[in-house]
Amino acid sequence: MRSPVDLWVYLSTSPLIWLTLTLCTWIGASEISRRLDRNPLANPVLTSILFLSLVMTIFDIPYERFFEGAQFVHFLLGPATVAIAVPLFRQWARVKRLLLPIAAALMVGSLMAVLSVVALGSLLGLSDEVMISFLPKSATAGVAMAISASLGGNPSLTAVLVILTGIIGALIVTPFMNLMQIRDYAARGFAVGLTSHGIGTARAYEVDETAGLFAGIAMALNAVATAAVVPIAAAWLIR
Amino acid sequence: MLRGIAALLFFQLLGESLVFLTKLPVPGPVVGLVLLFAALQLARGRGRDSAPAIEAAAGALLGNLGLFFVPAGVGVVALWGVVQSEGAAIAIVLVISAVLTLAVTVWTFLAVRRLLGRKAGEA
Repeated sequence: MRSPVDLWVYLSTSPLIWLTLTLCTWIGASEISRRLDRNPLANPVLTSILFLSLVMTIFDIPYERFFEGAQFVHFLLGPATVAIAVPLFRQWARVKRLLLPIAAALMVGSLMAVLSVVALGSLLGLSDEVMISFLPKSATAGVAMAISASLGGNPSLTAVLVILTGIIGALIVTPFMNLMQIRDYAARGFAVGLTSHGIGTARAYEVDETAGLFAGIAMALNAVATAAVVPIAAAWLIR
Repeated sequence: MLRGIAALLFFQLLGESLVFLTKLPVPGPVVGLVLLFAALQLARGRGRDSAPAIEAAAGALLGNLGLFFVPAGVGVVALWGVVQSEGAAIAIVLVISAVLTLAVTVWTFLAVRRLLGRKAGEA
């Protein structure tokens, strides 16, 4: 009979345990978020990352070993990005009707999301690696990480900045828009989807159906726009 | 479901291949997104709606979008040093950039919508 310690040594080196733990953590975190009425502070992405990081630290598991299991989940970022084409196709009729406001807001918004980081980051003296990883933070994670990696940024840092941007946008959008007395829910939703991708879109759906729809459209469009804007900004930065 | 997953992977593969061949500075999955959208439009133009075949798979993936960025997010533990040394600056940039982006986006959207509304009213 082998001891439980042997079992732990055996399991901790296989991808199975880390894949299982990642999925179970996500299910638990989603349940907590649901019970707390989707409070942005209980964002399941944030709580999952914090919990798994804690486990890795306590048991002294190297990230590479954890990733051997978690990579199967990570891989799905690619097809999930492609999948955005489906809601965009479904809502194309509504997009076409407001094509000009959408196109103008997309252009101005995606430029501001990137250029504000360049301006503030230079002012505050962010290092090049952090700055490059920072630029695509308003795009959905899969796209942002791919952009960051292709430009020599750090995809892990980008993932965290993307998530934090999502949570910040989801937290401030409602008080901000009410303060500005903006009651056009298409415009409100579009702004939060562009700024805070999926996390902002989830928030918009809680507030108003139309806001959610336009947030989803903004997220899809800004994924493409950010992929076009960031390489230009980065080339100018590294120059 | 399986067909949907195969279709999504196929379009990602197309996107990645195109990026590799042309050296476009855009992620492969984004090109895949654009190609799939174009293919769906093309199919509709011919009187066929191909979206239902992909809808189940797309819905399952988009419904759990957050899950897929957890593995990379955990990687931040490995770069705790960077985050700590530049933490304050990072926090300031995150918040100000989010407020500015929200503001200019919503104002641009409203300004153009009003401009168009006024024109439509005159006509």
